[in-house]
Amino acid sequence: MAQLTLKNIVKQYDAKHTVIHGIDLDIRDGEFVVFVGPSGCGKSTLLRMIAGLENITDGELIIDGQLANDVPPAQRGLAMVFQSYALYPHMSVYENMAFSLKMAGHRRADIDAAVQRAADTLQIGALLQRKPKDLSGGQRQRVAIGRAIVRKPKLFLFDEPLSNLDASLRVQMRVELGRLHQTLKTTMIYVTHDQVEAMTLGERIVVFNGGRIEQIGSPLELYQRPANLFVAGFLGSPKMNFLQGEIVAGDALHISVRLVQGAVVCVALAESKAKIGDAVTLGVRAEHLRFAEAGDENCISVRIGHVEHLGDVSVAYANIEGCADLLAVKQSHGVAQCKSGDEVMLHIPAAHCHLFDASGYTLATGK
Amino acid sequence: MHAQRRSLPQPILQYVLLCAIALLCLFPFWWTVVTAISSEGNIFAFPPTFWPKSPSLENFAEVFRVIPMLSFLKNSVLITFLTVFWKLILCSLAAYPLARMQFRGRKLVFGLILATMVLPSEVNFLVNFITITKLSLVDTYTGVILPNVITAVSILLLKQAFEEVPQDLIDAARVDGASEWVIFWKIVLPLIGPWLATVGILSTVEAWNDYIWPFIVMSKPEKFPLSVGVLYLSGTYGSSTRVIAAGTVMTVLPMIAVFLGAQRFFMRGIDGAVK
Repeated sequence: MAQLTLKNIVKQYDAKHTVIHGIDLDIRDGEFVVFVGPSGCGKSTLLRMIAGLENITDGELIIDGQLANDVPPAQRGLAMVFQSYALYPHMSVYENMAFSLKMAGHRRADIDAAVQRAADTLQIGALLQRKPKDLSGGQRQRVAIGRAIVRKPKLFLFDEPLSNLDASLRVQMRVELGRLHQTLKTTMIYVTHDQVEAMTLGERIVVFNGGRIEQIGSPLELYQRPANLFVAGFLGSPKMNFLQGEIVAGDALHISVRLVQGAVVCVALAESKAKIGDAVTLGVRAEHLRFAEAGDENCISVRIGHVEHLGDVSVAYANIEGCADLLAVKQSHGVAQCKSGDEVMLHIPAAHCHLFDASGYTLATGK
Repeated sequence: MHAQRRSLPQPILQYVLLCAIALLCLFPFWWTVVTAISSEGNIFAFPPTFWPKSPSLENFAEVFRVIPMLSFLKNSVLITFLTVFWKLILCSLAAYPLARMQFRGRKLVFGLILATMVLPSEVNFLVNFITITKLSLVDTYTGVILPNVITAVSILLLKQAFEEVPQDLIDAARVDGASEWVIFWKIVLPLIGPWLATVGILSTVEAWNDYIWPFIVMSKPEKFPLSVGVLYLSGTYGSSTRVIAAGTVMTVLPMIAVFLGAQRFFMRGIDGAVK
């Protein structure tokens, strides 16, 4: 296991191209941390810097208390699983898995035992003599993981390892990776742009955007208390609904926001630095919106655009006056009865609203 | 159905055109073969005959009687093998850093190498001969081989090949603890096998057919390669056109065998490396 500390890590290709802007991060022993963010946000670059495959322009990378900026990749005690599998095509599965141990000068008998052990763990014992081209995508991914675990590294790095697999295999491998972490109890850093992988695998998630960390926290923390508009919009499917408005009143527990559509919505709020007259963005998740009943307050009128039936839930996308984006409503019942063109009232529950200031940072969060 | 009808003549036209070009290319060789295996008739008769009359291998036997064919053959094989062997090693070693390593002046070095391609090889003869003379390599196999073991075209082709190897494989090897040399030798080089085969075959043909440079460097007939030695069928030792044709056919046959044998390596790709 390894403890990792990143202090003000910067990656600059030239004076004009800085891709990582001073990252500070602590990763505990045995922790499963997921780096998530859109393409080009720098998460893979940071992973490669941790692996030693990219130079660190500035800052300190400390692995187990040792400054590791200039330590060669092989001596960092880590293993990496690549998005493309990166199996050596001219070598058999056995040779692929044994390669790192051979490089480290292990004895043949030890290598055989280690490869067999890893193959048993991943149930690829029957494939050891095959070449990568004779394997399916899932089998190649297992071999890639096998090649990593055979070295017994103290730190695993995964660079979007499931993105080349089909949907069902991805779910299966996700479960297996989670199980592998429970078994090995090794520190793991996992890079993905898939929020489902991030939410299901990570003990902690680090959300990246434009080479900066937007927020760090547990999956539910990030989902329930996003620090800014980016995190709020990035995590969740469908993404959080955003409505523009202005603060018109407030007390110790609530803030009233007049939406650009005219409706006034009350938002539950404990503490805030918001002032009356401030422009704000109100966020509410699709699953928290519901069809209004008689006597409900905090309602807005919408016209249903189209409805997606996903089996367990249905998602209705509604047009709202003065808002270019569609408003998503996700419910396990109720939405099914809607049809395109229906005019309906939606209730926005005060307790589940998020408020963001003009800069996009959170003002208040619901429970 | 309409589309099929319309597209039908196109492949036929293509095949007809390809066959015509192939015949045009093969015709001179066929004529040489016919001349070599015919034992009678005037080869300058008009219209010429393109089918052997009284076929026999007598002209081939005559070649062996007139010139030391086996000695020439041995020299050619030795020169070609060593040229190709060293060319593959040295050009790979030159191409790999140009393709995969970042160092100051990389583009300049590659530009200078490419610049040599615009010069005809004959331009180098004088300088190379002076160099070979100073190194006391005149009349040696090394003298014939040395100037041909590094060529810009081979470096260019192999650089292209190295650039096609996925970066992830190199990174994976680096994480696995492989040194730069191990990455080159055990990971990258085996992956560019088809390219090495291509460069090898082209170089084999080039080295086998090379005439002027060995002719300049070598003065002792016992060290002549086939390309130089076969010319002695005309002149010093005799001058039968049919025997010359037989000698020419025997010079070309090994190259045809090499080409047919190595052809399958051309199209083999990098399977299973990455998704």
